[in-house]
Amino acid sequence: MGLVVSIVLTLLALWVVQAHALSHAMLLAVILVLAVLQIVVQLAFFMHFTESAGPRYHVSALALGFVFTFCIVAGSIWIMTFGGTQPY
Amino acid sequence: MALPGYVGNAPTSFFVTGDPMIYASDVLIVLTVIGIVFVLTYYKKWGWLWREWLTTVDHKKIGIMYLIAALLMLFRGGTDAVLMRTQLALPNMHFLEAEHYDQIFTTHGTIMILFMAMPLVFAMMNIAVPLQIGARDVAFPYLNAISFWLFFFGALLLNLSFVIGGSPDGGWTSYPPLVENPTDPGPGENFYLLALQISGIGSMATGINFLVTILKMRAPGMTLMRMPLFCWSILATSILIIFSFPALTIALALVLIDRLFDAHFFTMLQGGNPMMYINLFWVWGHPEVYIVVLPAFGIFSEVIATFSRKRTFGYSSMVASMLAIAVISYLVWLHHFFTMGAGPGVNTFFAISTMCVGIPTGVKVFNWLFTMYQGRIRMTVPMLWSIGFIPTFAIGGATGVMLAVAPADYQYHNSYFLIAHFHQTLIGGVVYGMFAGLYYWWPKMFGFILNERIGRWAFWFFNIGFYVCFLPQYQLGFMGMTRRIYVYPAGMGWTALNLISTIGAYLMAVGFVLIVVDILYSIRYGERDVTGDPWDGRTLEWSLPSPAPHYNFARIPTVTARDAWWVMKGERKRGEVKRELEPLEPIHMPNNSGRPFILSVLFFLGGFGLVFEWYWLAIPSGIGVMVCLLLRSLEYNMDHYIPVSEIKRTEAALGRS
Repeated sequence: MGLVVSIVLTLLALWVVQAHALSHAMLLAVILVLAVLQIVVQLAFFMHFTESAGPRYHVSALALGFVFTFCIVAGSIWIMTFGGTQPY
Repeated sequence: MALPGYVGNAPTSFFVTGDPMIYASDVLIVLTVIGIVFVLTYYKKWGWLWREWLTTVDHKKIGIMYLIAALLMLFRGGTDAVLMRTQLALPNMHFLEAEHYDQIFTTHGTIMILFMAMPLVFAMMNIAVPLQIGARDVAFPYLNAISFWLFFFGALLLNLSFVIGGSPDGGWTSYPPLVENPTDPGPGENFYLLALQISGIGSMATGINFLVTILKMRAPGMTLMRMPLFCWSILATSILIIFSFPALTIALALVLIDRLFDAHFFTMLQGGNPMMYINLFWVWGHPEVYIVVLPAFGIFSEVIATFSRKRTFGYSSMVASMLAIAVISYLVWLHHFFTMGAGPGVNTFFAISTMCVGIPTGVKVFNWLFTMYQGRIRMTVPMLWSIGFIPTFAIGGATGVMLAVAPADYQYHNSYFLIAHFHQTLIGGVVYGMFAGLYYWWPKMFGFILNERIGRWAFWFFNIGFYVCFLPQYQLGFMGMTRRIYVYPAGMGWTALNLISTIGAYLMAVGFVLIVVDILYSIRYGERDVTGDPWDGRTLEWSLPSPAPHYNFARIPTVTARDAWWVMKGERKRGEVKRELEPLEPIHMPNNSGRPFILSVLFFLGGFGLVFEWYWLAIPSGIGVMVCLLLRSLEYNMDHYIPVSEIKRTEAALGRS
């Protein structure tokens, strides 16, 4: 189940890029949404993060992971737009 | 070296030819291999090697193997450094050709960071962490063996490029588009990519392993805030490894796909963007420098507390600053490429976050100073390295803040000022820390103390050589000398400073040789450590005999305070002896396994096949890797119990009850 969903999400991302159907901003947004969904699928189906009541630090570890991920993704997007002078 | 004539990625000559130095190393390698094979056969040690070392899952032995491998790599990387400094000693030198110089600075950087600093850190974690937290092994001993062997064969793959196929020459950062096929043909760059990828899997596994070990395997009573600071530093490092290595894996994988399968992730004309590589590389690259330096901070905390006979000043602020460094280190990566031109807003943000990381580091420096304040300081060799570290790191930190000023960085960028800065922090931080740890934990590893007198000579040669080598480089940077140039004309005013710098490099090399001499001398004549506590230590590893039995603790200790062993010793001295009366129980231990070694050999063969695009070799090796993983999943006989009678015998032989 998880495997199928994650593969579908991956193919979907590839397809929206290949199809050239969306504007750049829309494309970026769609891919980001797909990526977040992918994270949720991975955590739920492969890491089983909903299934055990682990110690408190599980939550904080996950939160830290999200903070790092957010910083890296947001930072990279910010850096790679080069102050808005680039077309992508 | 004569330009090797490559067609695509296939070398016309399999072995590197044309350079007398490489022929000399060929001969040396063959002689060394023959020598090792001869000694092992003559003394009938093959079985011993396999049973005791190649198949071991014991964290102490894995630590020792990491240590030996890292020291060999330090020798290789150091030789590269000495060759480079020799080439730069005088203007217009013809010691090395441009091509050869490029290869040497690439392998120097790659080896020193990934195959020297990382394994040296892993050596210290493997040796000390389980003992310090009162555990019998790491959480996943089998995975630990895999980590080591993947690192080992990754390092072997990179070093092989020296004699087979040609070394990588794109710099240790390996930026595209330079390293793409058209501008960098030949297998050298593939060696770099695959060696890092293979050892990277091992590093990732080590990060997970030690995070779980520290969170799950602590002795009863050892709360997080009672842990030795070294364990805290490893916890922070493990978190950094887990979150940063994926970025490197992705960046390298994309370059590999570009090179092997003609993709265009980083080719501008085909819609790719090489700057994304730079971004991803430093998303890993900056946390990486904290991955290697935080454990060094941990070692300094242990060493300074022990040899000042005081507990660490400001324990909780030490922990807080360590974690602050770990988190902030994810917000600074752009300072490695201010000049890429991401805009003033971006540069300002990353400049300020970079300056912020200096604050927790400063807190730690003051804490170390206050730990020493009014302490009874013993100037042993580990303590010398720790005290030597403080000024080097202060200078390195100060120049780091200078580099963090984005507009000024346009002047310093890729100049010798930068070279001097990061050597000052990486050598002054990591190498000094690891040498302190080496001398500090050596008796725990091998049961004898390294000779202090030779150790002092080594320290002073290294420390003085270090300043002589790198202080002139700051000046050279201001005078316009850029990194990675292999020759310079006479009239630039650089000659004297370069010559001084080279002399410093030779002094450091003498220091390294003296450490090796110290080890060889002490194997024979070193003072034996019969108490298990030669330094009057504070943490649990010193409560064990040296070297520790393979199950570490016959009885798992119960911890009541920080510096657990110091407290226990105090109780015993005051006569409040709580005799450990609880009966011994059989100890549950993991079985040795040859599979981590075989798995890594298959990874090595697969990597070697991909380097030359020999899919007939790469694909079967990949299948072999899968089979190994499958066999492990189907394995049930993985552990054994040590009976009480055997524990009693071992403990009695070590003079303990």
